[in-house]
Amino acid sequence: MSPAAPATSTVIASVTVPGETTPRVEFTPAAVDVLRELQTQFGPLMFHQSGGCCDGSSPMCFPAGEFITSDRDVLLGVLDIAPADEAPQPVEFWISAEQFEYWSHTFLTVDVVPGRGSGFSLEAPRGVRFLIRSRLMESFG
Amino acid sequence: MTVYANPGTPGAKVTFKPRYENWINGGWVKPVKGQYFEDISPVNGKPFAEVARGTAEDIELALDAAHRAAPAWGKTTATERAAVLNRIADVIDANKELLAVAETWDNGKPIREPLNADLPLASDHFRYFAAAIRSQDGDHAELDNDTVSYQFHEPLGVVGQIIPWNFPILMAVWKLAPALAAGNAIVMKPAEQTPVSIMVLIELIGDILPPGVLNIVNGFGLEAGKPLASSPRIRKIAFTGETTTGRLILQYASANIIPATVELGGKSANIFFSDVAQEQDSFYDKAQEGFVLFAFNQGEVCTAPSRALLQKPIYESFLGSAIERTRKAIQGNPLDTDTQVGAQASNDQLEKILSYIDIGKQEGARLALGGERVDLGGDLSGGYYVQPTIFEGNNKMRIFQEEIFGPVLAVTSFSDYEDAISIANDNLYGLGAGVWSRNGNVAYRAGRDIHAGRVWINNYHHYPAGAAFGGYKSSGIGRENNKLALGHYQQTKNLLVSYSEKPLGFF
Repeated sequence: MSPAAPATSTVIASVTVPGETTPRVEFTPAAVDVLRELQTQFGPLMFHQSGGCCDGSSPMCFPAGEFITSDRDVLLGVLDIAPADEAPQPVEFWISAEQFEYWSHTFLTVDVVPGRGSGFSLEAPRGVRFLIRSRLMESFG
Repeated sequence: MTVYANPGTPGAKVTFKPRYENWINGGWVKPVKGQYFEDISPVNGKPFAEVARGTAEDIELALDAAHRAAPAWGKTTATERAAVLNRIADVIDANKELLAVAETWDNGKPIREPLNADLPLASDHFRYFAAAIRSQDGDHAELDNDTVSYQFHEPLGVVGQIIPWNFPILMAVWKLAPALAAGNAIVMKPAEQTPVSIMVLIELIGDILPPGVLNIVNGFGLEAGKPLASSPRIRKIAFTGETTTGRLILQYASANIIPATVELGGKSANIFFSDVAQEQDSFYDKAQEGFVLFAFNQGEVCTAPSRALLQKPIYESFLGSAIERTRKAIQGNPLDTDTQVGAQASNDQLEKILSYIDIGKQEGARLALGGERVDLGGDLSGGYYVQPTIFEGNNKMRIFQEEIFGPVLAVTSFSDYEDAISIANDNLYGLGAGVWSRNGNVAYRAGRDIHAGRVWINNYHHYPAGAAFGGYKSSGIGRENNKLALGHYQQTKNLLVSYSEKPLGFF
């Protein structure tokens, strides 16, 4: 299998929160590069935003469907990590509804940094971790 | 003042092995796939040992050993198991400095903490559960003149435990002691950020336990933690960590229909009523220290008092003094007993903390102290150090709502009792809280009205064995640190016995 081509740009989520018109999540190019490698290894992917102790606040990446979401979760967006000329590779990004209430004023950027260990998230054995950077929604676009 | 020598240097209390295998069936076992990862010390950012990168195959070996050991271990008397736990406690006490240096090097915490808290608490914890299991009675009920119901506590068998990185030894002990006391065999997966200090402990205590009773497999969450948590060969899973993995653990447990206990953190309010400042006395001094405890263990505590709520009349004066006290906290070489603030446990933790400081500024919180990474220079230059940081803001801000797990405090004011309780409870989590008042009635009522499993009244960050610890709301399920924890590791056997010779009469 040939290595995935480097991402050329940031990937911005589609709008999936009912009644909204502005995206809430994006992947940095570095994050997209890692995600394409993970997709090659594990198949379609998903994120669930964590909270709480230890590795809390980390966006956790799983094979799509591994983490069972419910009505008490909010789909923040769907991000297509496929290169421009290829079939879509959608990645859903979820957060619990109760956490969304406290996070809803912030736009989330999923970046990747060197690191070790993050729950059962797929990227950790590669020596990297996904990291959330936040900015206020008002300042976006 | 004492400065302990770096591990492996002349005069050092501990010299790490170049490589740590898994501990299975009472011996060191190489990982099946032959892979290892480097353990990095947050003190200087440099790798210091290789650690087995365990996978599902290693978890199976550990489960094999545990299943072989569990029946006999489960049949030992409480007296025998208590003796084992007490011997482990004695070994911890006898090796306190060695273990403290190992813990500091693995985790980054200032050595005054493992010397005076983590390790004395760990040994006492084993002794507490040694006593608890010996004093635990079954019960019986005489249901009628000829019918007696007997209830026995039985071990579950083989249990899985996944340990966090903020107190690598103590958090392991919190889970090990009740599970062993209750007669279970264990497969444990330490955190991949701090995999070594627990192996140093097992080097010391390994031969006290029968082979296979305690098995430790290191590795990444995905590769070793998940196969353990989802295995149909465990009868219970215990986890401390964050909410998404907590939900996954519960999900896997539901698939196997086994119990799970999960401790998932908090965002603890530390409430200071005006009467605290009535006198500038020793109690005021104690309350000031109680405020600064947000920086204990660099804020990497599930119950870190990371939201300070100050009543309006004392807001300026109390905060002003507390900021000065925090400014004087000594940040430096974690192996120096004078150091009060050490290193964050990992690079990614450092990055996360800096990202929260950034969002705090964006949200309009006022930075009152700190806010920067620290370069301590020399050999410590590559370590993960962050200044104790204090923000002023309001409870709707993200820095008030999410556990940053760093030395970052969010401060706000409240008007009256109802306002204080309202702010304290306006949070997803309910693990800990602090209440400071000279009025016992106010303190008591506040303690009862706050939705948290542990409320410290006029003190903070004490974790004595015997005081139940666990969360309300999204902070999790289960209680540790108290004999209640035995119930999380025991099955109830009811024998319903008829002492009558008469037939029932239905057929």
